[in-house]
Amino acid sequence: MSARLSAPAAILRHAVLLITASLVLLPFVWMVSLSLKPPGEIFREHFSFLPEQWYALQNYSKALTSAPLPRYMGNGVLVCAAILTLQILTCAPCAYALAKLRFPGRDVLFSLVLIGLLLPHQVLSLPLFILCYELGILNTYAALIFPYVVSPFGIFLFRQAFKTIPDDVVHAARLDGLSEWTIVWKVMLPMALPAMIAFSIFSVVGHWNDLFWPLIAVRSESLMPPPLGIIAFANQEAGNDYGPLMAASTIVVLPLVLAFLAAQKWFVEGMTGGAVK
Amino acid sequence: MSALGSTQSADALHRQTQAPLRRRRLAECAAAYALAGPAVLLLFVLFLVPVIAVFVIALTDWQFGARTLSFVGIANFREAFADQGFRTSLLNTVFYVLVVVPCTVIFGLAIAVLIESGQSLRALYRAVHFLPFMATLAAMAIAWEALLHPTIGLVNQTFSALELPTTNWLRNEATALPVLAVIGIWQNLGFAMILFLAGLKSIPSELYDAAEIDGADHWLDRLRTVTLPMLGPVSMFVVVVVALRAFQAFDTVKVLTQGGPGHASDVLLYTLYRESFEYLRTGYGAAVAVVFLVIVVALTLIQARVLDKKVHYQ
Repeated sequence: MSARLSAPAAILRHAVLLITASLVLLPFVWMVSLSLKPPGEIFREHFSFLPEQWYALQNYSKALTSAPLPRYMGNGVLVCAAILTLQILTCAPCAYALAKLRFPGRDVLFSLVLIGLLLPHQVLSLPLFILCYELGILNTYAALIFPYVVSPFGIFLFRQAFKTIPDDVVHAARLDGLSEWTIVWKVMLPMALPAMIAFSIFSVVGHWNDLFWPLIAVRSESLMPPPLGIIAFANQEAGNDYGPLMAASTIVVLPLVLAFLAAQKWFVEGMTGGAVK
Repeated sequence: MSALGSTQSADALHRQTQAPLRRRRLAECAAAYALAGPAVLLLFVLFLVPVIAVFVIALTDWQFGARTLSFVGIANFREAFADQGFRTSLLNTVFYVLVVVPCTVIFGLAIAVLIESGQSLRALYRAVHFLPFMATLAAMAIAWEALLHPTIGLVNQTFSALELPTTNWLRNEATALPVLAVIGIWQNLGFAMILFLAGLKSIPSELYDAAEIDGADHWLDRLRTVTLPMLGPVSMFVVVVVALRAFQAFDTVKVLTQGGPGHASDVLLYTLYRESFEYLRTGYGAAVAVVFLVIVVALTLIQARVLDKKVHYQ
């Protein structure tokens, strides 16, 4: 739709969008607002968004020290990084084989990938729980990582990206004496960088935010990723100490929000690519 | 003579190239198996075997940790559908989806059309509305809990200032599930908006020019004659994708209501979690998983059919 709005229409557009935007932002604003207030102001009957007495330092330092919040964040980074690395290591070569090599069973393999794409991961949680139990890795980092070391979506996305690269590129690389393994990492992946960035964002956002599997896989506080950790924190505080709890929530939400604001285009691509592709 | 010589040499050449070609084919196969091997093995262990296992376990009376099990046929499914708790959970899920999907799609569409109808502040509006979709839902649920707090929450303070009825939203049987649905809409709105924005961008501007020549002067006419009809396929797609996400609602239920009060806000995925991992009723939990799987796969197949009609893979 072209932008030839009359002045009243333009004003109406901004009015409506400003209202919906404020409603969408309200939980964020309320969370940050409470994280800046002392208990006395939080439990007062009337409200204001900014505190009369700034209590941010106390709330945030309590959030960081009374619960192992830095530990949760560290766990999140570790688990997300391990999952993403292993996913790329397993998915990119497989996608290359599917996109560029001819071998018996290729169609069967692609069907297997599509079946994997079709399955909601929560359905697999029960057998995966049993598998992790049998392997003796429940309540370890391995339990958080292992079920995700291969991603059907990753294989699918990389395959689509590799298919757009001309076969001549592969032939030229072979004539230069590169092995197939080297071609995957030195030729294909660099040429499919947009797909790799989109997949990385998809994977990291998904696993940073995941609550379902960590809830099943780990019990020790020292292993909890941020979503699970924040719930443990909320249960300990029993809802009495809102300031630090809101500070902790803000800290958990912040990394992805900042990354999103810094690289919006990539985030939109990564998080909707799965739906659009 | 020369002709004969050339056939001979052609034959020789043929034989010479045939062998390396075959060898190259074999090498290509070997490379493919080596490259795809780890992924294939893991797809088997982490996807194919588990999904078969779910179906098998659903037919047994196994309890996690028990040494024996026996096949009980469809007894778990019969028990589930006879169980008031499971039926409530299923109905709640349907209610949740039926509220979240239309609201998310309509609001998402309206916001996308509004953003796209003007030039200024496009990026800002887009970013703000998309924010909830990628914010950690478990943490945001805690913020929502504070917002909905019966005495100090902004919602009740505002409602009582406006002399509207207030309640303990998450502890009231009548409001718990609708409130979770509102949070679901809040979270998925930006996702629908982004998909619609992509759809809007793909509408050729000549169509608007043509509509204008045909007398569609008012923006409302252009919306009715061009925008909405052209968004038809995208809309169908957005409906399915949002429905898939709504069926998988879990985090807000776990953090805010634990399915309560009573079973008022129990949804399928939460029932699956509770039966399988808190009550350790493994066979029964697997049966719930199968029901959940059937619904989600049916929806995904609809989505694939819709996609097939408008996207061509290479």
